[in-house]
Amino acid sequence: MQVIATRPEALTDVPFTYCPGCLHGVAHRLVAEAIDEHGLINKMMGVAPVGCSVFAYKFFNMDMAEAAHGRAPAVATGMKRARPDMHVFTYQGDGDLAAIGTAEIVHAANRGEHMSVFFVNNAIYGMTGGQMAPTTLPEMKTTTSPYGRKTDDVGFPIRVCELLDTLVAPYYIERVSLLSPADILKAKKAVSKAIKYNKEGRGFTFVELISTCPTNWGLDPLKSRDWAKEHMLPFFKPGCLRDKGAE
Amino acid sequence: MAKILMKGNEAVAEAAIRSGCRLYFAYPITPQSELIEYMARMMPKVNGVFLQAESEVAAINMVYGAAGCGKRVMTSSSSPGISLKMEGISYLAGAQLPCVIINVQRGGPGLGDIQPAQGDYFQATKGGGHGDYRLIVMAPSSVQEFADMASQAFDLADKYLNPVMILADGMLGQMMEPVEFKTPKTDAEIADMWLQHKSWCIQPNEDGDKKHHHEINSLEIDPVMLEKHVNKLYEKYAVIEKNELSFEKYNISDDNEILCVAWGTASRVVKSAINEVKAQGKSVGLIRPINVWPFPYEDLCKAIGPNVKKVYVFELNTGQMLDDVKIAVAGKVPVDFWGKVGGVVFTPAEIKEKLEQALKE
Ligand SMILES: Cc1ncc(C[n+]2csc(CCOP(=O)(O)OP(=O)(O)O)c2C)c(N)n1
Ligand code: SF4
Ligand SMILES: [Mg+2]
Repeated sequence: MQVIATRPEALTDVPFTYCPGCLHGVAHRLVAEAIDEHGLINKMMGVAPVGCSVFAYKFFNMDMAEAAHGRAPAVATGMKRARPDMHVFTYQGDGDLAAIGTAEIVHAANRGEHMSVFFVNNAIYGMTGGQMAPTTLPEMKTTTSPYGRKTDDVGFPIRVCELLDTLVAPYYIERVSLLSPADILKAKKAVSKAIKYNKEGRGFTFVELISTCPTNWGLDPLKSRDWAKEHMLPFFKPGCLRDKGAE
Repeated sequence: MAKILMKGNEAVAEAAIRSGCRLYFAYPITPQSELIEYMARMMPKVNGVFLQAESEVAAINMVYGAAGCGKRVMTSSSSPGISLKMEGISYLAGAQLPCVIINVQRGGPGLGDIQPAQGDYFQATKGGGHGDYRLIVMAPSSVQEFADMASQAFDLADKYLNPVMILADGMLGQMMEPVEFKTPKTDAEIADMWLQHKSWCIQPNEDGDKKHHHEINSLEIDPVMLEKHVNKLYEKYAVIEKNELSFEKYNISDDNEILCVAWGTASRVVKSAINEVKAQGKSVGLIRPINVWPFPYEDLCKAIGPNVKKVYVFELNTGQMLDDVKIAVAGKVPVDFWGKVGGVVFTPAEIKEKLEQALKE
């Protein structure tokens, strides 16, 4: 028998806890493949967020820390400063990173902290049952914006890549999507580049992955992707905002 | 080594560095700023990490990350900043991570003022953060003791895998007193210190080793597993309660007519007053809890001599340790309290007057 695809070494054999059709699993796989590709499995450490991916500390096959909600960049800072011989990544959702953890991500980026941040944006609080996130789109219905997000009341979604792009220190900032096989291939390249730069000690690298939440959007996985393509991508435009390595 | 005249804030920072602390994360606040400033000056000289965090919340989470790597790490703040650290302290306790947190208390609640106070006793000893955890809390009453506690706190944190707080106040932080330091740990000793935590902490996977997967974590979604975890913590706390009682007996004798209980800065004032009434032929004793958690309930009760009419608690708050004293005394004799708040410190003359009144009763 010929083995065509196996689990990356950087993932444990613990089964994922995600809903069917959820793209967190794809994002995990991309991060794990990049860690394998760059031979970092023995020197990588990771930080899991609070959100649907809270159990990421069980899924990644390396030493992991589970952070308080939003605090992953601060925890990763402490880890990297204590272990400069190792490499660190955080994996965070949009509520975690762009609401409660806004200060931590902005300041880690501003310090040019040596870490890779993988930011999974599904425009909603998945884990707590579909409340409004800082990234929820205008007029989008959630359990805490039951009449749609009213921008004159609660403002507009936050574009985190653009926000971080105003800072001097970050080395690499790119937004990709997980919404089609072609997009996933592009995402794979971006994730790999972030890990490569991390390995080379270049500084702060940030990849936003546009994702879905079929369960809380009330759509099946395929329709979710279509909805995201139609509504998320025009607002959260994929593309590389900053690549000091390519300059 | 000769004694050096130093502020408490600087002395405890120097002592922490000497005891092998090479990572320090904090945010400025009065009256502890000399501590963060001392660390900013000295950490680079010993190839240590000094990082001014964006908030106390970030600082305590940096501590969580560094402690997860098994390294000696410290943060410091004053009351309002300690409130922000409470989330992180709960996580550190849940994940069983060793670290040292210094609170140079000021007046509260809210923004309060920047004068010495003891209003954070409840927060430090009765929770503060959420969930069922305990914090080892040490309360110094001199600059020398403040400094000595740095190494003791790190040792306790390492021994029990638990955060340890040194609960000082603005008086001890700002006051200058002669202090003698221990010989610093060598770089070689420090480099190896984390090895005591090798079985659980974050570290590289050495080539050839059996691959490890260590998790620094306080989440346990299965209630049966969480119950086990919390019970394990509870057993650990019971051992600490047995082994780590620390208190000072001052002028305790069978002649005592009053037994005072005071901690930290307040105890110094009470001692002066005790000496003054002693000169008038009156016997008053003092129990000073040095560790305020665990609290020396039984020893306090035993110190109540046959002639003691009253146990008198003096604090720079409205009566917080008072609750623990009442539990210890268990109705054996009456318990009275007098305190000053708002950053106003009582004088020996005021305490003396209170004692004289009580002696007449
Ligand atoms: C301090 C704190 N506040 C609130 C929560 C509850 N909470 C858990 S996950 C979450 C939202 C997570 O959303 P997101 O980061 O977008 O992740 P997703 O589940 O969508 O992947 C919230 C509010 C918490 N655990 N801690
Ligand atoms: S709730 Fe949404 S984000 Fe969470 S696992 Fe399910 S589909 Fe994925
Ligand atoms: Mg989300």
